[in-house]
Amino acid sequence: MSDPFGQIGEFLLNLLTGWGLEAGLASFILKAAGAAALATGCLFSTFLLIWAERKILARLQDRLGPNRTGPFGVLQTIADFAKLVTKELIFPSGADRPVFLLAPLLVVMSVVGIWAVVPFAPRFIASDINVGVLYVVSIGSIGTLGIMLAGWSSNNKYALLGAFRAVAQLISYEVPMVLVMLIPVMLSGSMGMVQIVEGQRSMWFVVLAPIAFVLFYISSLAENGRAPFDLIEAESEIATGYNVEYSGLMFGMFFVAEFLHAFTIGALATTLFLGGWLGPGVDRYPLLGLVYFFGKAAVIWWSIIWVRMSLPRIRIDHMLAFNWKFLTPLALSVVVITAIADKIGPAGTLGRTLAQLLGNGLILVVVLLVLRAFAAKIRRRPTLTSASTSLGATAR
Amino acid sequence: MLEQWVFIGLLLPIGILLPAVAITLNWILGPKKGNPLKGTTYECGIETVGETWIQFRAQYYIFALVFVVFDVEAVFLFPWAAAYDKLALYMVFEGILFILILAAGLVYAWRKGALEWV
Repeated sequence: MSDPFGQIGEFLLNLLTGWGLEAGLASFILKAAGAAALATGCLFSTFLLIWAERKILARLQDRLGPNRTGPFGVLQTIADFAKLVTKELIFPSGADRPVFLLAPLLVVMSVVGIWAVVPFAPRFIASDINVGVLYVVSIGSIGTLGIMLAGWSSNNKYALLGAFRAVAQLISYEVPMVLVMLIPVMLSGSMGMVQIVEGQRSMWFVVLAPIAFVLFYISSLAENGRAPFDLIEAESEIATGYNVEYSGLMFGMFFVAEFLHAFTIGALATTLFLGGWLGPGVDRYPLLGLVYFFGKAAVIWWSIIWVRMSLPRIRIDHMLAFNWKFLTPLALSVVVITAIADKIGPAGTLGRTLAQLLGNGLILVVVLLVLRAFAAKIRRRPTLTSASTSLGATAR
Repeated sequence: MLEQWVFIGLLLPIGILLPAVAITLNWILGPKKGNPLKGTTYECGIETVGETWIQFRAQYYIFALVFVVFDVEAVFLFPWAAAYDKLALYMVFEGILFILILAAGLVYAWRKGALEWV
């Protein structure tokens, strides 16, 4: 059992050709079946993900969470689905109907599409294309487009405001995310997801590029539209924004995409920085790769939920300033420093790691010094001129 | 390599089809009792004033422009990063020069006040 996933694929292919099908047709049928299984698996796993997230949220808030439907409330999401599926689909008057219908479909497609290039285990990847990282970026952007279309087509001012916030937030945070995605590509010398995982055999990239990992994590949080970056669906400001006019399952589809996206971020961070399916004993027993992969992804996913529960929503000007004035320059400098350190640094795993850690430490020190100087400047600035208040006048 | 794309070409339509099936199911099962009041725009119980699709503040547009600059930059940088192992030192510095030119662009936008939320 050194290569179970490859053997399963070969077995199925042999089975189909054994029935008298052409080799090309048989592989096409296999691919179609695989695509259907992957998409269905992703969408059905959200039943579990939404339940687990609600349960974790409840525990973090010292509540019980859903516990009435089935053991530990595990059927709660199915009950919610049954409720949503029997609701009326309302199309607001004046809505752009084709676009209004298309938007939730595009949002779901963009998240499901990412899973095509995620390597689960050795030889277990849906399609090992050589531009995997670029594909993830481009398919992820279609989700942004879907949210914009939803907000625009609803003919509602709150929805439009949510759509514009999506423009401001999602595309802004894509810049640092794309820039730090260069670093795994640079360190492994390939854009294919499998080669990136294989490149981490000697050392995980999270050790080689810790700052890049943190930047990727933060910008992915913003891409997901979760708290503290949930401005595009701020309930208390714009009444959930882009999806305010949606009802029934069309509304539910946006949340299927969002909850699935949270776990997808975990899978991507695992693949790019945490060594994917690599772990002790994975070469002898490839099935262990699945355990390692989903274990690491689940840890990242759990931390996303933790952040969501802990931090309040940030203001829109702070959100944009944080991205353009902090994350983007930092991402640019991380790319530059990593490129130099890896080229002029010593060869070999240990030397490479030390050179990268030195570079990252340098960036960290500079960033802390700059932030300290900035904070000192902010603190010195008077908030109120003393002459404008009677209190200040008497004090003088 | 091309046959790897067949899977993606199949997955994306299925990714659209499955939610479409669920929404169709909802359309079959759900009630269809529309009335003009139900179709009105939701806005805190008050009737909406004026057109929705109007000219909007330009600040969002400026951020989108800055985004385009950096995203195009990233597209150019990905081949550079993918071939990083095979590059000589001076080629790496050429890539870094390219990044620095764009960093200068960011500084310019910053000084011009394009990154301020007003």
